[in-house]
Amino acid sequence: MSTAINPSVRRAQAGTTEPAWVRYSLIGVALTFMFFFLILPLAAVFTEALRKGVEAYWVALQEPDAWSAIRLTFMTALIAVPLNLVFGVAAAWAIAKYEFTGKAFLTTLVDLPFSVSPVVAGLIYVLMFGAQGWFGTWLQAHDIKIVFAVPGIVLATVFVTFPFIARELIPLMQAQGNDEEQAAIVLGATGWQTFWYVTLPNIKWGLIYGVILCNARAMGEFGAVSVVSGHIRGQTNTMPLHVEILYNEYQSVAAFAVASLLALLALVTLAIKSVVEWRHARELKATADLPQEMPSA
Amino acid sequence: MALFSLARSHKAAHVLPGFNITLGFTLTYLSLIVLIPLSALVFKTFTLTWDQFWAAVTGPRVMASYRLTFGASLIAALVNVVFGLLVAWVLVRYNFFGKKVVDALVDLPFALPTAVAGISLTALLAGNGWVGQYLEPMGIQLAFNPNGVVIALIFIGLPFVVRTVQPVLEDAEKELEEAATCLGATRWQTFSRVIFPSIAPALLTGFAMAFARAIGEYGSVIFIAGNMPMVSEITPLIIIGKLEQYDYAGATAVAVVMLVISFILLLVINALQAWQRRHTGNPA
Repeated sequence: MSTAINPSVRRAQAGTTEPAWVRYSLIGVALTFMFFFLILPLAAVFTEALRKGVEAYWVALQEPDAWSAIRLTFMTALIAVPLNLVFGVAAAWAIAKYEFTGKAFLTTLVDLPFSVSPVVAGLIYVLMFGAQGWFGTWLQAHDIKIVFAVPGIVLATVFVTFPFIARELIPLMQAQGNDEEQAAIVLGATGWQTFWYVTLPNIKWGLIYGVILCNARAMGEFGAVSVVSGHIRGQTNTMPLHVEILYNEYQSVAAFAVASLLALLALVTLAIKSVVEWRHARELKATADLPQEMPSA
Repeated sequence: MALFSLARSHKAAHVLPGFNITLGFTLTYLSLIVLIPLSALVFKTFTLTWDQFWAAVTGPRVMASYRLTFGASLIAALVNVVFGLLVAWVLVRYNFFGKKVVDALVDLPFALPTAVAGISLTALLAGNGWVGQYLEPMGIQLAFNPNGVVIALIFIGLPFVVRTVQPVLEDAEKELEEAATCLGATRWQTFSRVIFPSIAPALLTGFAMAFARAIGEYGSVIFIAGNMPMVSEITPLIIIGKLEQYDYAGATAVAVVMLVISFILLLVINALQAWQRRHTGNPA
């Protein structure tokens, strides 16, 4: 950026920006706010985790209960994210590519899990599958445990991460329209070929974006999972629930050690998200810079 | 399925395959995961008489929790409107060192598990924490009371306002501001009469989203709130408390109240977004 700006340009710019002191104070206030509300809490996680040294940190992470919590968290995400991925693509295809009655209502229903409190999300599965629930007696007779067991945790996680991928893809696919897919079909491609070679490359950034956000929420969900888990150490504790138990037992270093893994996950998520955004913006810009194609005659 | 019938007049509908299978899968999955379980909540409430229901949702402890949940959510969402607008403005209009990192960090509350945010904010604000140790001698207590609830809700709500206002500010037409300046407006007049009205719908949408999220929030709040009955107990915690006493009907009744409120807020947000689209004239 050149420092010597033409005086007339500077005068013209003065109309659409603020005096330097206003600019710097606004930046200062905004950064101070972000420092106290975002950076300090993040830094506190790692500092508290390392309070008694690196050794104590490693010991806390090697505890068998911590390991089983880590395994359960990854397994839950590994089931919940692909399920919601398939749903997200199917829902986006139906909603974005076609016009049908009740479409707006369906879109609202897809968003519904976002506005339901996590605690309520957990409760509904207890009411369905718990001992006094709809299927409670039947499940007990067949010795199947859903609530206070792993299947309940997976179900609650699927519920809270339900809209993530669909709501990334719907606006993206609506904006892109049907022209390219229609061309592919007319040229003889099958539905699957059209999806794999035409639609998927167009939506890949939105898809990755949705998947990593979905994954972050799936691994970090606390409220809903807390209601259905039963908190059995080493069996039905996910990482966030394990953090809570350790914290309530005043094992601060161990709690923050497990929390630091979740914080790392959050940082990795943000990094991937930023890269995806930059790549996507660059591709958009590259396409916008292409010369307009003129139809001949 | 008359509710979701394909509009026959639409000519594009017949070219692309897969409508029946994708819509069928969407509706089945939606019903199994969301609609049927949510209806369990409604049916469970019908096991209560109206008087029992009313008693469960208006008990003194429950009423105190509504006041706290709504009050704290409202304050937090208002704080987020002010600072969220400021952060969005600074990110869109100015250049400074580390701007890309700051921009990425705005989403931290989305990505950081709520339980981690909860224990970390508590560690900061407790009497011996980095921030708390300076505030306590001044008589300011931010943890283990309703102040803590507000702080946690500000944390989780911040990205909603920033991320709804930011794209609108980016798309704002500079020509309007130049025109205002040419016509003799001061910078403040330009902001309050030209820029602000154009971002007001987005700001309101962000406010409603932050508010709706704050009402249901659980993980980050319970660590910092202190959870004293009548004082710092949020409504989701009331549901958990009733569940732990095996009062399923009571828990369900309070949950239905929360569900109705969140559904109303969802409709309000949808209406606000529709208004915003009409206002800016582009489908964002």
